[in-house]
Amino acid sequence: MTAGESITLGVKAVPTTTDNLKAGGSPRNYELRPKSLADGSLGSDLLEISMGPQHPSTHGVFRMDVVLDGERVMKLKPVFGYLHRNHEKIGENTTYLGSMPYTDRLDYFCSLTNNWAYALTVEKLAGLQAPERAEYIRVITAELTRLQNHVSLVGFLLQDMGASGTPIMYAFRERETILDLFESLTGARMMCNYMRFGGCRCDLPPGWLEQAKQVVSDFPRFLDEYEALLTENEILMSRTQGVGCLSRELAVNASVTGPMLRASGVNYDVRKVDKYGIYDRFDFRVPLGEHGDVYDRYMVRILEMRESLKILQQALRDIPEGPIIDPRAKLRGFRPKPGEAYGRIEAPKGELGFYLISDGSPNPYRYRVRPPSLINLTILEDMCLGHHVADVVIILGSVDIVMGEVDR
Amino acid sequence: MSAPMLGQGIIKGMAETARNFLGSYVKDDRLVTVQYPEERLPQKEAARNFPFLVHDGDDWQKGLRCVACLICEKECPPQCIYIVKDAARKPDYTGKLQFQPKVFDIDLSVCMSCQICVEVCPFDAIKMDVEYELSTGDRFDGLLLRKEQLAKSNDYYRKIHPAEAAEVDARLGAEKAKADAKAKATAAAKPSAGSGPVPGPVPG
Repeated sequence: MTAGESITLGVKAVPTTTDNLKAGGSPRNYELRPKSLADGSLGSDLLEISMGPQHPSTHGVFRMDVVLDGERVMKLKPVFGYLHRNHEKIGENTTYLGSMPYTDRLDYFCSLTNNWAYALTVEKLAGLQAPERAEYIRVITAELTRLQNHVSLVGFLLQDMGASGTPIMYAFRERETILDLFESLTGARMMCNYMRFGGCRCDLPPGWLEQAKQVVSDFPRFLDEYEALLTENEILMSRTQGVGCLSRELAVNASVTGPMLRASGVNYDVRKVDKYGIYDRFDFRVPLGEHGDVYDRYMVRILEMRESLKILQQALRDIPEGPIIDPRAKLRGFRPKPGEAYGRIEAPKGELGFYLISDGSPNPYRYRVRPPSLINLTILEDMCLGHHVADVVIILGSVDIVMGEVDR
Repeated sequence: MSAPMLGQGIIKGMAETARNFLGSYVKDDRLVTVQYPEERLPQKEAARNFPFLVHDGDDWQKGLRCVACLICEKECPPQCIYIVKDAARKPDYTGKLQFQPKVFDIDLSVCMSCQICVEVCPFDAIKMDVEYELSTGDRFDGLLLRKEQLAKSNDYYRKIHPAEAAEVDARLGAEKAKADAKAKATAAAKPSAGSGPVPGPVPG
C-alpha cells in the first residue's frame, strides 16, 4: 500500500486478527487486495465506521476510524486534533510565568501536577530550589490530584461499561471533597494555577491541614465501599479480564508510561526512578499488574490510590513550617540563562515532561510537552484488534486520556 | 473470563448501593447534593473568578488605586486587559500625583481567571472578585466590562476576602504613615520653600 492510499475498500476479509496473531503474525499484518476490484464490487464484508468525535462513549472530541468485520475490530485508526489550541506555540510567545495558567488546561483533571512539571523544568533551567515546606505542599497536592484523577477515571470506566450513573456519582462525590480542598487553597477547583518557579503561590490557609487529614482518613472507607461495589462484580470481571491485553514488550517499545505500563508488569515509576522533589522520603510501594488487561489497569489504579493515601498521611504528618518560595525567584522580568532543561514527573496518567530551551529572553525559545495521554493512546489499535466494538469503548476508557492533553 | 458466575459480587454491590440510598435519608455525608438556586454553599475565602478594580472611599473616580502603569496589561497571558492612560493626573492615597486610566476594559469572555494580574500589580489596585452569576444574552458588550463596572470599593474587598484585605490595608497604611512622616520631615527641613508634596485629599 502506498502512503495516503485508502485501504477501506481494498481490505480483504482475512480470517480474523486473533487467528493471525495465533499463527505468529503481527496484529497489523493485513492481507490487502488490489485497490480496484475487477468486478467493481466492494469485495468484502468489512465496514468502516467513524466513532466520534461526538460519540457519547469517547472521552472528549476523539474520533476512531474503525474497520469492522461484523462486530469485530479489524483496524482502528485514532484521529485527534479537534481540540488543538496551539499550546506549545503560545508557550513560546508568552512569558515563562504566563504559560503557567495554560498548563492547567493541558490535562484539566490534574492541573496541579501539570503546574509542578512545568515549575520543575523552569527551576532546573534557572537553578531555583523550592523550600522544604513548598516541596511538601507539592507532594500533598500532587497526591490529592492523583486520588481525584484515579477515582474519576474508575467512575468513567464503569460508565463506559454500562453502569450508568451509580459508580460515577459515588466517584464524583468523593472527588468533590478533594476539589473543595483545592478551592480553599488555590481559589479554583480545577484551574488551580498554584505553583510558581521556586515554590508555591500562597501558603496553606488556616485549618487546611486538618481538613486534608480528614479527607485522607475518610478516603479508605470510600475505597472499601467502591471495591465492594465493583472489584468482585462478575459482570465487571467478565467484561474486563483478558480484554485489551498489552504485552510488556509492546508497552515498553511504545514508551507507554504510568498505570498503563505498570498494569503490564513493568516496574517503572518516575517517583521511584527520579525521586524528584522529596519523594525519596516517603515509604510507598508501586503496584504492578500481571496481565496488562483492562481489569489490571483498574486494579493498579485502585491500589495506587491506597499508596497515595500512605504518602499523604506521611506528608501531612511531617510538613514543616517555613517559607514557601525561593527568595531568588522573581515574578516579573524573569529571564533564565540560556540553556535547556527537561523536567518530568509522574503525573496520574504517566510521565509528564516539559522540555524548554532558553535563549535568555523573557519567553522560552522552544517549549515542548511530553503528554502521557497522547503516547499511551498510540497503541490503542494493538489493544483493540480482534475485540468487539463494546470492548473498544472500555479499552479506550482504561487508557485514561484527556483530550486537552492529547491535542494540546 | 475466569470469573465464577455465581452472582455473589453483584449482590455485594447491590448491598452497597442500598446502603448509600438508605443512608442518604439519615446521614449528611451520604446526601451531598445542594439544591442550587435555593440553597448555596458558602464561598471559600480564596475563591476567585474575575478581576475588579479597588477604590478607596466612596467616589470611585477619585479613589481608584490604579495608576495605569500597564503592567497587568503586559503580563496578562490571554491579553484580555485594555488600558489607555489619562493625561490628567490625580493624587493617590499618599498624596503623590499619579497617572490614572482613561479606559480600563476587561474582556470576561477572554479572561481565564488566572490571577496573574493581581500578583504582578504593585499598587494592590486589581483584585479577584467572587461573583459568578454573570451570564448575559449579549456576548460581546455584555462581557466587556468598563472601568465603571470594574470599580468596586475597598469595603467590598474586605467583605469578600477579609484576611487578604486586612493584610493589604496594613501594608498600605504603613506606606502612608511613612510617606506622611517623610512629607512632614521635608516640610520641617524647608519651611521657607512652602511647596512640599502636593497635599491631596486623603481617601479612606
